[in-house]
Amino acid sequence: MAAITSSLGRMLDSDLFWSFRHSPVTVISAVVALICILGAVLAPLIAPHDPFDVATLNLIDAFKPPAWAAEGDATYPLGSDDQGRDVLSAIMYGARVSLLVGFCAVLFSMVVGVGIGLLAGYAGGAVDGVLMRIADIQLTFPNILIALLVDGIARAALPADVHDRVALFVVIFAIGISAWPQFARTVRGSTLVERNKEYVLAARVIGISQLRIMLTHVLPNVLGPVLVIATLGLSNAIISEATLSYLGAGVPQTQPSLGTLIRIGNDFLFSGEWWIAIFPGLALIAMVLSVNLLGDWLRDALNPRLR
Amino acid sequence: MAETPILEVDDLARSFDVSRPWLQRVLAGEGKRILRAVDGISFAIPRGTTLSLVGESGCGKSTVARLVVGLYPPSRGRVVFEGLELERARAIAEQRRRMQMIFQDPYASLNPRWRVKDIVAEPIRAFGMTPSAAAQQAKVAELLTQVGLSPLDGEKFPHEFSGGQRQRISIARALSSNPDFLVCDEPTSALDVSVQAQILNLMKDLQARLGLTYLFISHNLAVVRQVSDRIGVMYLGRLVELAPAETLFTTPRHPYTRALMEAIPDLEMTGRQRIPVGGEVPSPISPPSGCPFHPRCPLADDRCKAERPVLLPARGTEASLTACHAVEEGRDGGVPAAQRVGTTAIAL
Repeated sequence: MAAITSSLGRMLDSDLFWSFRHSPVTVISAVVALICILGAVLAPLIAPHDPFDVATLNLIDAFKPPAWAAEGDATYPLGSDDQGRDVLSAIMYGARVSLLVGFCAVLFSMVVGVGIGLLAGYAGGAVDGVLMRIADIQLTFPNILIALLVDGIARAALPADVHDRVALFVVIFAIGISAWPQFARTVRGSTLVERNKEYVLAARVIGISQLRIMLTHVLPNVLGPVLVIATLGLSNAIISEATLSYLGAGVPQTQPSLGTLIRIGNDFLFSGEWWIAIFPGLALIAMVLSVNLLGDWLRDALNPRLR
Repeated sequence: MAETPILEVDDLARSFDVSRPWLQRVLAGEGKRILRAVDGISFAIPRGTTLSLVGESGCGKSTVARLVVGLYPPSRGRVVFEGLELERARAIAEQRRRMQMIFQDPYASLNPRWRVKDIVAEPIRAFGMTPSAAAQQAKVAELLTQVGLSPLDGEKFPHEFSGGQRQRISIARALSSNPDFLVCDEPTSALDVSVQAQILNLMKDLQARLGLTYLFISHNLAVVRQVSDRIGVMYLGRLVELAPAETLFTTPRHPYTRALMEAIPDLEMTGRQRIPVGGEVPSPISPPSGCPFHPRCPLADDRCKAERPVLLPARGTEASLTACHAVEEGRDGGVPAAQRVGTTAIAL
């Protein structure tokens, strides 16, 4: 218990926390991000309706405008869509999918990228050359193009029923695989610096195995910038997922994400039911912007040259 | 000196490929560029003694240090540790345990993410030297006390210490596997003068107590004089003189060694005439023919330009080995009258 309070005390006392408290934009972003994440994670508990429960849907309730409009209904705070589903609840459930895909995709590209970068930087020579040229080639294509390509291949290669079951994993893989070069490049750069430092030589003199040196000595010292890239990567992954879903490629219809909601709402945008597309869009903007601003702050706060 | 030396180095050489990338090289139409960092040096270190290697930056002394502990494989020649070829000795944990290294930069030689107790215990763990965690903790505490730190310092991180204290931690880590042979690569050059003396005294003290053998690398002649039994002077990857410490300072024989002694600042400000060495150190990528020092040497003649000198006992001071044609032929005027230089200059 004492250890927990002391480490908490150290955290509140740290430079990082000081710079956090003294940046109002960051504090607001953190609050918004926290609301988004909590709303998404706790959706089954706090959402006013269950948009997937067909029994509660009633077509009479379709196209209700937001609660504050003249014909609004207080049970549908942000209005309802063409099926009579509550837009707010759909957003909360959709954000769940968006965040899940975002987190998993970033985690996936982080593991792949950090692993490849560490190996390339530490091994050097031909291994480094080959791995980094692959990264360079991939970087010449836009991320979304690679994600679309992977998604398209999976659709063509897998039977429809199998694809529906694994669609979520396909999207995670497609987005994750498109973002690994950023991680790999950064980690390789720091690894090149660290591997010639004398603490690594000291471990080699003792005869510690190369793999062990990589994991216990080099890895902890190259992870600093990775945290920043991962945070900024999260917002990119969420946007990629939304783009894929908007194009009809991403997650299956049965698990609508924010991108899917925007696409559905798009059909009604010009017939006056603007809330069906606009509110999921605003939710997406709030989520991505807050995560991005947090990433920017983290980058500045962890960069000693900007202090 | 009847017993076998702990370390023998025979015609050791190491070159590095410093060519530009293949495509650029082909486009520019140039060949490979090979840097000869160490070019055929031999020495032996008797048990319990200190051999120092001195020389200017880039003369290859740190490369020798790294070759001797097996961080680089040699391009030519061999290193023999305790009668075993180095590669074979390093394959055996029990032999590897007996050699350790202390590094130059106290800020880079300790992993910033590890606690001091883990840094010091790393060799103990790697060689499985203590049976229990408690025994390991006791050993770390003992080591920290031995180098003049508190056992409580084990809980801290390296950034909480000064340069001198970090170097003490480095020494504690090196000692933790109970080594017999320590390679010290400029262990004091990054420290303040007052702290340098503390670290050197600690190292001498440990040598006397634990019977350690040192290979000491430095560019600081005053430091080297304090710790060495014998000193090797390196120039452009080769040994030009190898002599007992006092002999080297009182009667330096090789023209390069004499020039180094001339360059030592003189506290008494005698105002004596100094003869500077002209020119620059040649590039180790295209070293001069014959004796590497001949372009700058006042005694050089045609033989020096053509024929590479080998280490031979010098006339008059047989204890020192000198690689110089002029000394061998007696062209250097015999045992130098410059004895005074050494003694007064190093008094600081």
